[in-house]
Order: sequence, then structure tokens, then C-alpha cells
Amino acid sequence: MTSTKQVKWATLSSLFFSFFKIGAFTWGGGYAMLPLIKREIVEKKKMLTEEEFIEGLSVAQSLPGVMAVNTACFVGRKVEGILGSIAAVLGAVLPSFLVIMFVASFFLQYRHLEVVQNFFRGATPAIVALIVGGVVDIGKSALDDWGDLIIAFILFLVTLLLKLHPLWIVLIGGMLGVARKK
Amino acid sequence: MIYLQLFLAFLRVGFFSFGGGMAALPLIEKEVVDTFQWLSNSEFLELVTLSELTPGPIGINCATFTGFKVGGVWGSTFATLAFCLPSILLVTLVFHFLSYFKKNAIVQHFLRGLRPAVIALMIMAAYSLAQKGIKDWLAIIWGIAVFILLTRKRTDPIFLLLLSGVMGLIWYR
Repeated sequence: MTSTKQVKWATLSSLFFSFFKIGAFTWGGGYAMLPLIKREIVEKKKMLTEEEFIEGLSVAQSLPGVMAVNTACFVGRKVEGILGSIAAVLGAVLPSFLVIMFVASFFLQYRHLEVVQNFFRGATPAIVALIVGGVVDIGKSALDDWGDLIIAFILFLVTLLLKLHPLWIVLIGGMLGVARKK
Repeated sequence: MIYLQLFLAFLRVGFFSFGGGMAALPLIEKEVVDTFQWLSNSEFLELVTLSELTPGPIGINCATFTGFKVGGVWGSTFATLAFCLPSILLVTLVFHFLSYFKKNAIVQHFLRGLRPAVIALMIMAAYSLAQKGIKDWLAIIWGIAVFILLTRKRTDPIFLLLLSGVMGLIWYR
């Protein structure tokens, strides 16, 4: 892809810093990052074409793991091979890693304070609402298929009542998909 | 030993977390709260809130935080590395067999079948967090209000989280 070593380092650092910037300034997890990754990698840096990016995205979304990491890994791989993957993944993960260690070292010292406890107590209903909002968002695209929703609810109830490890939801759901041939 | 446990726990989460951070929460909870008891119920709630309030992928935030609490900087490193490893392995593998991956009927049916599974996992996350943290009527009403603001008005979730935290400061004082 590139001929000289210097150019290669430039590409690697460019991959690293692109994903670092996105990781450091995006709140709300992987889905929120995708449009930013596209703008940076496809539109600004022109490292991939739009088709290549969308292809990568569909792979990243279908595999297990952190979506931002999957996307970074695929983009890095396509642009600069295995080293590109490593540079991009490091860039995507490092901001979280550093910020959380910094926050955790303070938080673990002060979490017992009443003010801190009350803040988190107040935030809990919002977190629950956020997740239910996510269920509705994803459920909308599945709404044309009542079978999906019924299966989702049964999977939830079964895991809850039998106290199964949630990974069984994934395995059973996938195998039902194979059985239903959808 | 604790590093190995962290590594294995988050490796398991990494291999089975389909459909983004929120769907990964029940898996993380199972390992971190039930199996290894690194965090209490209320600490898990705080973890999820902190992970939402800080930038970056929610799963990575959870792994780094748990690792740090249990094993310091090295704990963070092992937990986060383990969470990323399945992604890197599978993406690299699929990269080489992309056309096969996309055409294989069993793979595609399996992935399609995960859709209800992801919804089930998210319902489970919401149920579990509600059960742990919603204990009075104000919390129920406020939760419904936030839900309406989120879905109807598209209010910024981070703003709503901070606002709810401040409400908590005033209400529970």
C-alpha cells in the first residue's frame, strides 16, 4: 500500500489520532461514534471510500465486542494491515482507559459521601429510561416482525426465571435464527 | 490470580456481547456482581452511570473501572485488553473470509436470530437496574418523564443524566 517507512508511520499515527479524538470526545457509546468515524476517516482523511466503510460497518456491527473497537480494527486493517488495526484500536480505547482510571481513583475515595450517593440515586431512573429508550429504538425496526418481539420477551423471562448466564440468550437466539431460517 | 480472573471474565463478555454496550450490561453484571462479586449492586449502578457520563464506549469504560477497583492499573489493563481481544481476533479473521462470511447462510441466520436476543438483553439490563435502584415513587415518575423527553423531544441524554443527578441532590438531601 505504501512504499516508504516514513509514510507508513504517518498513516499509523494518523489512524491513531483520528480514533483517539473520536474516543475522547464522543459520549454515549459506539452508536454515537459511527457518524464521527465516517466523517473523519471517509470525508476528511479519505482513508476509505464510502462503500468500503459501509462494508466494514456491517461487519463490525455483526461481530461480538465493543462496536467502536470493531470498527477501528476493521478500518485500521483495511488502511494499513495489522499494524493499522493496532494503532486504530489503541487510539479508540486509550481515551476511555485514561479518563476512567482518573475518574475511578477519585470516585472510589469519595463514593461513600452522601452528596455523591444522592447524585447517583437521582441519576438511576434516567439510566433506566435511557436503556428502555434504546429498546424502543431497536424494537421499532423489529416491529414489523412480532415473532422477534415475542421471542425477545420469552428469552428475557426464561433467563430471569432460570437465572441463566445471559450468554445463553445469545446462543439460543442465534440457534433459533438458524432454525427459523430467517 | 485476580488478573487472570479479570482477564477471563472480560474475555467471556467480549465473545458474547453482540449489539453494543447496553446489551453487554447483563453479561458484565453476571460476571462482575454475581460470579466474582467484585462490585455490589449499588456499585454496579454507579458503574453504569459513570460509564454513560464519561466519553468512550460503555463496555470499555465498565471494564477499565472494574479492573481498576479490583486490581489497580494492571487490573484495568488486563480487563480492557481481554474485552478487546475477541473483537480483534474475529474482525481480523472475518476480514480474510469476508465474502464467505457474507454468503454463508448459517452465519447469516445466526446473526439475524441475534436481533431478538439483543432486545432481550437490553430489557434485562433495564429490569435489573430498575430493580436495584428505583425505590420510591418520585424515581418512577421521573424515569417516565425522562423516557418521554428522550423519545419524543430527543433531549440530550447526558444532559438528562446530569439533571437527574442534580434532582437527586435536592430531593434526597
